[in-house]
Amino acid sequence: MSVILEAKGVSKAFGRLVAVDTLDYTIEDNSINSIIGPNGAGKTTFFNVVTGYYKPTTGKVVFNQRNISGSRPNQLTRIGIARTFQTIRLFNNLTARENVLIGMHHRLKSGVFGDIFRPPAVRREEAKAHEEAGQLLDYVGLKGYEEHAAKSLPYGHQRRLEIARALATQPQLLLLDEPTAGMNPNETQDMILFIRKLRDERNLSILLIEHDMKVVMTISDKVTVLDYGKKISEGQPAEVQKDERVIEAYLGRRALEMLKK
Amino acid sequence: MRDILAQPRSILSGRLRWVLIAIFVVIAPFAMKELELLTNFGLITQVNRALIFVALAQGLNIVVGLAGLLDLGYAAFFAIGAYTFGLLTWPSHDIEMSFFLAIWICALVAAVFGIIIGAPTLRLRGDYLAIVTLAFGEIIPALVRNLGDFTLTFRGRVLIEDYNLTNGSQGLTPLGRPNFTFLENLFGLDKGALNVGVNPTFWYFAIVITSMIVLFSAIRLNNSRLGRAWKAIREDETAADFMGVDPIRTKLAAFAIGASFSGLAGAVYASMLGAIFPELFKFQVSIFLLIIVVLSGRGSIWGVLIGGIIIATFDGVFLAQVLPDIFNGEVLPEYDVQSLRWVFFGIGLIVIMIFRPQGLFPPKSIETKIVPPVAESLEGVQNS
Repeated sequence: MSVILEAKGVSKAFGRLVAVDTLDYTIEDNSINSIIGPNGAGKTTFFNVVTGYYKPTTGKVVFNQRNISGSRPNQLTRIGIARTFQTIRLFNNLTARENVLIGMHHRLKSGVFGDIFRPPAVRREEAKAHEEAGQLLDYVGLKGYEEHAAKSLPYGHQRRLEIARALATQPQLLLLDEPTAGMNPNETQDMILFIRKLRDERNLSILLIEHDMKVVMTISDKVTVLDYGKKISEGQPAEVQKDERVIEAYLGRRALEMLKK
Repeated sequence: MRDILAQPRSILSGRLRWVLIAIFVVIAPFAMKELELLTNFGLITQVNRALIFVALAQGLNIVVGLAGLLDLGYAAFFAIGAYTFGLLTWPSHDIEMSFFLAIWICALVAAVFGIIIGAPTLRLRGDYLAIVTLAFGEIIPALVRNLGDFTLTFRGRVLIEDYNLTNGSQGLTPLGRPNFTFLENLFGLDKGALNVGVNPTFWYFAIVITSMIVLFSAIRLNNSRLGRAWKAIREDETAADFMGVDPIRTKLAAFAIGASFSGLAGAVYASMLGAIFPELFKFQVSIFLLIIVVLSGRGSIWGVLIGGIIIATFDGVFLAQVLPDIFNGEVLPEYDVQSLRWVFFGIGLIVIMIFRPQGLFPPKSIETKIVPPVAESLEGVQNS
């Protein structure tokens, strides 16, 4: 297995608040990685650094041997990093299919004049993209919803649509920000299976932020715990679960002492 | 329940619809001529003006309706198109370019200005963008007014002295008109037989063709890679950026293409009038165009076409001619009824915003009905 993404000493400060503090982090090819931690631990900030929304204050992020710190999100999408959002951010008034087509935007070649005059090459490209969008919607279980407005879909479907849209960019690394938030146990179980399926069938590396410990412990190849922007523990789910620093971070020192007794 | 207004195209279908529309478009100017004789109201010139405004509104619709960038100074591009045409064809400038070449250059120049004006506004959103575009809308006419006599010096060296570029507030006249001399020669007609520069019926067809070019481009763009990117930016710029859409390029494309429509329409308008003044491109023009787009339905190309024709003709015929004729006769001999024009549009906007905020003819309705959640567990996600 080779390393696909490596963060070296990455920090992100907002004024005097250091949200991510000299974090070293690696993601291996074809693996599922979770980042957990109490609220405000810097998980989403780290996500935003990796996807180009924030430029790291110090340190650098290397993706496929390429320094990507300071690149814009759309540039990173082009080289294979895609994400979903903690609060769903779909293009509400567009159809499900159009949402997915936006994810393909950077792979399509048509320019302004091609768009207006539609030579055969553009027609073929569009037809193929529409078909591919349909297949992706089918893949995430949204067959039959192609022409529905994104905003009219039920919550769970919107989550899937976000994933379909991210997959449409053809990523190598997919970042999922709390993919099971707000889901019932059945939906959560589906999502666990689905994330595994993504890794195995699409050969993806996945980085996820998740609060549901059942999800994290079930699917992760590696779990990393952040607290106050620092990495306090890392390893396989079983190791992290036993780590005293993790229990302390979540429950406090008193709780830890009580557990020891 | 089906919304009739939302689907103006579903009333007739198939090829028949297009044949009927074509016949109507061709007969219309002749019918209007007859009506003009009957009623003494100017019709064709007003419809021509209305169609120019439709072409302009299509450009604004790309910026405001599709890309979601509120532009309050869109008349600036109208002015740039018209004045570029003026500069290229005003006899005093000794260029006197052919109409058929000049209009495309005007579209191109306006597009370049679209990028120049768009560039500094790219980082702005919402209200801030609106304010900056408002300023540009004021700057361009002011510039035109003041370039009637200017001297350019660079490090003490005088580069241009007392040059009259725009003829200031007196405006540019006469301007180039379409010239069909080559056809006259070709068919051995008398000289001046095809001198149609002041014929409103000729201009009607010229403007119909211009509007059709704009309409065609707008329809094609709306449903294309770029059009989707515009709508994505409108819906959620940050999310679009994360999905691989470059917001900067996409917004600049909206400004440039919107401006090029306006440049083309401005050039044709300038040629039709034969004279242009800075006053023609006041702030009110930007607002009037915005009213057309908002009342008709932001983002709806057919809506802006139909709404634009109705609103601009209503303005030019009813508000400007019929109403004064009714009231100024006896009821209000001294009162300038036309000053109530903006009251009408103001009330119209309020009514629309309350009862139909999406506009009279909103974009093709997509299925927005809330879908009930289906089965708890979905087949597609299961491990197969």
